[in-house]
Amino acid sequence: MAKFRLPANSRIQSGRHHPAPVGAKNVKVFKVYRWSPDQGGNPRLDTYEIDRDSCGSMVLDALIKIKNELDSTLTFRRSCREGVCGSCAMNIAGRNTLACTKPIDGIEGEIRVYPLPSLPVIKDLVPDMTHFYAQYASIKPWLQAKTPTPPNRERLQSREDRAKLDGLYECILCACCTTGCPSWWWNSKRYLGPAVLLQAQRWLADSRDEATGERLDDLEDSFKLYRCHTIMNCVEVCPKGLNPAQAIARIKGRLLVRG
Amino acid sequence: MSFRTPLKQALGLGASHSGTSRWWAQRVSSVALVPLLIWLIIGIVRHGGADYTDAQAWLSSPITAVLTILTLVASFYHGALGMQVIVEDYVSHETVQLALVVLVKFAAMVLAVAGIFAVLLVALGG
Ligand code: SF4
Ligand code: SF4
Ligand code: FES
Repeated sequence: MAKFRLPANSRIQSGRHHPAPVGAKNVKVFKVYRWSPDQGGNPRLDTYEIDRDSCGSMVLDALIKIKNELDSTLTFRRSCREGVCGSCAMNIAGRNTLACTKPIDGIEGEIRVYPLPSLPVIKDLVPDMTHFYAQYASIKPWLQAKTPTPPNRERLQSREDRAKLDGLYECILCACCTTGCPSWWWNSKRYLGPAVLLQAQRWLADSRDEATGERLDDLEDSFKLYRCHTIMNCVEVCPKGLNPAQAIARIKGRLLVRG
Repeated sequence: MSFRTPLKQALGLGASHSGTSRWWAQRVSSVALVPLLIWLIIGIVRHGGADYTDAQAWLSSPITAVLTILTLVASFYHGALGMQVIVEDYVSHETVQLALVVLVKFAAMVLAVAGIFAVLLVALGG
């Protein structure tokens, strides 16, 4: 059965409390998911009170501040801090998003920060993305062509054909959409999920790719593709403003046309 | 302990090369059901307080009988497809899932045939 409740060893307990520095006037409270494989036990929710006046504007700034000043054991991924690398994806105030582009001030009350849902946790806010990446690898996300590359130039693409990749190529594979998709929660073993399907459409839509038929063959499956029930959570959360649900609909459309 | 690579697990049994027709059948049957159900509801409301003879007279007209049977077929067909999707979504045990899908299809078949038989009985019989 699909599991609607966390297993006993994953239920969250309340954790430590790190009070605001004395004299802080503008206090913002963060509740952050903590679990460490070294300590084991159940995950806990630690409370950090932060002086907003000495903190940068994004949630990632607050996490870095916590790590620098309050609790160096807090673990999270980040790299570009400008919404390009996808590594700081996490669940903030109930929504999957990028910590580095999520403004603190837009969130009322205390801010809850959890790792991306439905993935195994490695430590604190760092989830295990192995299966997600393997699903991505399974759709062969590279240009496949039988025609040899022209000897004296690149494979050309018209401006119009290039424009067909808009809304697809921008995906940074942060997994906000996939880990927010209920269909993927229940059937991630077989359902590819919105991010990987959007990437599949990116190669189906590429005028230079000559493996369209094989790609469609590999997608046509009531689990790999047709678990998408257009629930639209993916569109709701994508921090890059992309529309995986539409990309998935386009794949279904191609399969329908092929008959 | 499993030494299978992540890619091996992601590829699983590969693609079944089917699913499009089932997905399309679900859309088409839902489109067909829109006018059919509207027609049926209006029909039922209009014959709300009618006695058996009136109802029988209504159901005996070829148009009513044919449309009612079509509604039954489309409803149970669409319903069975929908139930199958729900079972596949939420029941992950493979054998149980298979058994439930068969059960859903049998149940839909039995109910549809029973419904058609009832319509014919009223429409043709006395
Ligand atoms: S589609 Fe959007 S949410 Fe999904 S992986 Fe790509 S960038 Fe992230
Ligand atoms: S539209 Fe499809 S992919 Fe997006 S959240 Fe819904 S089921 Fe998942
Ligand atoms: S740190 Fe790169 S996307 Fe947030």
